[in-house]
Formats: sequence, structure tokens, C-alpha cells
Amino acid sequence: MNKHLLSIEDLSKSDAIQILDTAEEIARISDGPVKKLPTLRGRTIVNLFFEDSTRTRISFEAAAKRLSADVINFSAKGSSLSKGESLKDTALTLQAMGADAVVIRHGSSGAPARLADQSWMKGSVINAGDGTHEHPSQALLDSFTLRRHLRDSAGDLSGIKVAIVGDILHSRVARSNVLLLKKLGAEVTLVAPHTLLPFGIDQWPVNISYDFDDVLPHVDAVMMLRVQRERMSELFFPSEREYSRGFGLTKERLDRMPKGAVVMHPGPMNRGLEISAEAADAVNSVIVEQVTNGVTVRMAILYLLLGGMSA
Amino acid sequence: MSVVLNAGEIARALRRISHEILEHNKGSQSILLLGIPTRGAFLSKRIASMIEEIEGHEVPHGTLDVTMYRDDLRLRPPRALMSTEIPISGINEMHVVLVDDVLYSGRTIRAALDALSELGRPASVQLAVLVDRGHRELPIRADFVGKNLPTSSSERVHVLLQECDESDEVVIEAQS
Repeated sequence: MNKHLLSIEDLSKSDAIQILDTAEEIARISDGPVKKLPTLRGRTIVNLFFEDSTRTRISFEAAAKRLSADVINFSAKGSSLSKGESLKDTALTLQAMGADAVVIRHGSSGAPARLADQSWMKGSVINAGDGTHEHPSQALLDSFTLRRHLRDSAGDLSGIKVAIVGDILHSRVARSNVLLLKKLGAEVTLVAPHTLLPFGIDQWPVNISYDFDDVLPHVDAVMMLRVQRERMSELFFPSEREYSRGFGLTKERLDRMPKGAVVMHPGPMNRGLEISAEAADAVNSVIVEQVTNGVTVRMAILYLLLGGMSA
Repeated sequence: MSVVLNAGEIARALRRISHEILEHNKGSQSILLLGIPTRGAFLSKRIASMIEEIEGHEVPHGTLDVTMYRDDLRLRPPRALMSTEIPISGINEMHVVLVDDVLYSGRTIRAALDALSELGRPASVQLAVLVDRGHRELPIRADFVGKNLPTSSSERVHVLLQECDESDEVVIEAQS
């Protein structure tokens, strides 16, 4: 394992499986009466969030606290960051306060990699989402969830067919998931309108489809992506109704999914747009479980990055 | 490298420990065997089946991984977590017998005591080890010992078990 978690690309297949296996053991402990472990006592973890986030920040905070680390939350609003402090000065400040790890979310792709610069930060940097680049912890928790449901919690994901549906263009979740799923041997199909696929998509190691109904009967899992209105400065599809009809997981599509296939969504959901209420609350929906698994997987990440000897 | 216990001696030591556990606890009532992975878990399983042979009924047993409770985590690269499996009846009011392969500094057992206190309040905690090699760094002692093995701290003691090493043997290796 590296010192930082910046991108799925930095992980080898065995690193990824080690994270999933560690999370599996942590899940087993957390299912019992033990909710808190003393492992990271005395370590300080800073949540540095330049973008709004509820579940990722709370998830990292819960994970750090269950490992007995001290957590400092630092959000852009109402801090020196809104006064125009540079990323470098923020990093130096955190370094001076003795942060052992920084969990960073930033609107610009590559900000975590910049922060991980040796002369800026001595601790570990964990990418909690940067621009339209990556969101590695989300991909790891998604694979963890898939492995629990489809592979009996062990090994890789070889042969599993996953469809990732929706706003691929703006989605760092999709990018990290494609990298990780391919690494673990799964087969990935991206389903989206032309306008929501990024430039150069033909270079990705995935199948591409513009017809959700075509793909649906052959999947083991569908990952629905949120339509990211806040990142859309222009019109990518004619109307929400039309998007929903073509690419939403409606009740009808839910009924046509193969038996045993699961519905996933990284949240927050736009109910009625990319996913219907029936699909979100269906018995084969694992969306709430993804949140629970998020804490477990982030505990595994923090343990593997901070639990041992610092490099 | 010299062999200090062979397969037969290991089997006899474990059988004696099984009898001692039963004698000490006046039977197998409310005994819970917890092995510390990796090799302690295999040993506790063997002791459990020996006790079952002697008493004619099963004794509850499980495994307890202490990695997250260790005090030397920051001195080494991160370790892989092993499995913890506690019988659903829990550890409350049980006479817990911790089982490990080698007792050395005592730090693993300290971590195990911490882990146990998170899981409940056992009636008592006892310790069974296959080899006690001395050099304790904490006030901890074993209740049931397979073999007391005076060593120097430069030597290394390896417990090999059929379940993971394809033979039953305890060997001592002089460190160069």
C-alpha cells in the first residue's frame, strides 16, 4: 500500500483486495458488541472539505472515530479558505498542527495529488473526491458491496457484469469504479446519452451502450449515477422527463432486471429523475447498505494507511 | 535449527493441557476456548476436540484477533486482520481460556485482555500456551503450559502446525 490514497490507479489488484478483506474483518467486529477500536488513538485526522458533502464527510468522520482517532472538520465555508487562503498555506497550517492524515474533497481535479507533495504535507492524503477525476473510497465501498452480494465476500469480481448508468461525463464515481471494477475482473458497460459521455471514452476498457433496455437483461448490478445539475452549465438533455424515460431506473425496468441483480446508487438520489422511488426502495436495492459499508471500508483504508509504521 | 517438540510430544502436551483445563475448572461447564490467530486458533480447535473426546460433549470455542488492540502497531507495517469468531452466547460469565502458540513478551495477551473487555465480562480468563519461552515484559503468566523453553532473545521459536505448515513441530533457530 502507498502512503496516500489519491487514485484507484495507484492501487494494485492485491492492494485493492487487501482493503476489501480488511473491511470484511472490520465488518465482522462491528457486527458484534464492539463499536469502537483503540487502534488509532492519539492520531489526528483532518477532514478538509472544499465542496459540500454530507455522507462522505460523516462517513470518514464516523470511521475515524470508531478507530479512536481525533477528528477535526474543516470546511471551506466560514473559514480562512473563504478569505482566499491558498491550498499550500492551508496544507502548511494543517501540517503545523500535526495532522497525521488529511481527507480532502476539492472541486478541482488533482488537488489531493498537489496536497500530497512532500514539502507540503508529511501525513497521508486521502482523496474524498476531486473535481471530475476520482472518488476512490466510493469505488472501494461499491466493490465491497458487490463482493458481499455476488461473490460471497471473498476474492475478486471476475465475470460480474456491471452497468454504470447516467451522467458519466461529470462523474468521478464512475471513473474510479471503472478503474477498480476492471482491476477486479468485472465487465463494465456504460449506459448514457451521447452528451453525457466524456471525450475519449472509446479509449476506456468498457462497453458503451445508448440503450438501457438492451443492457438490462444481462446485468448482475446496475449503478445509477446522480444527474449532477450543479456541474451542468449547459443543456445535456432536452427535459428531465425524457432523460428519465431513456435512462432512469423506472418501476418497469426494475421488474425486468434479472433475479439476484442489485441496484446501487452513490447518493444523494434525485428520486424520480435517475431512479424511481420503487427502485430506490426495492428489496434488491443495496443503497442504504452502501452507506453502512462506506464506514467499514473507510475504517479499513484509515487502518491500512495509518495503523502501521509511518514510512 | 533444532527440534524441541515433535508431533507426538505436541499431541501429548495438548492432551495434558486439555485435562488440566478440565481439572482446574472442575469440568467443562461454562468453559469457552478462544484461540488467537493464526496458530493459537488451530491449537484451540485441537484442544476443543480433545475435551469433547474426554467429556463426551462439545465445548464452545472461537477465535479472537487482537491486531487492532496491539501496542506495537506503529513499529511495523500494517498487519492483515485475522478473523474474530465469538460464539453467539457471548463471553459473559464464561471461564475464557485464551490459547496461543508461544508466550514471549506478554504483549499479545495484554491486547487480548483489552479485546475481551470490549466483548463483555467473563467470569475468569485463563491462558494456555504450547511454548513459554520467557522474557516477559508485562506481569502476565500462563495457567497451562505445553513446554517451558528457556531461550535467549536472539533466538527464534517457530511453531509449525499441520493445518498451515504441513507438519507438527516446534523448532528453535539461533539468529545469526
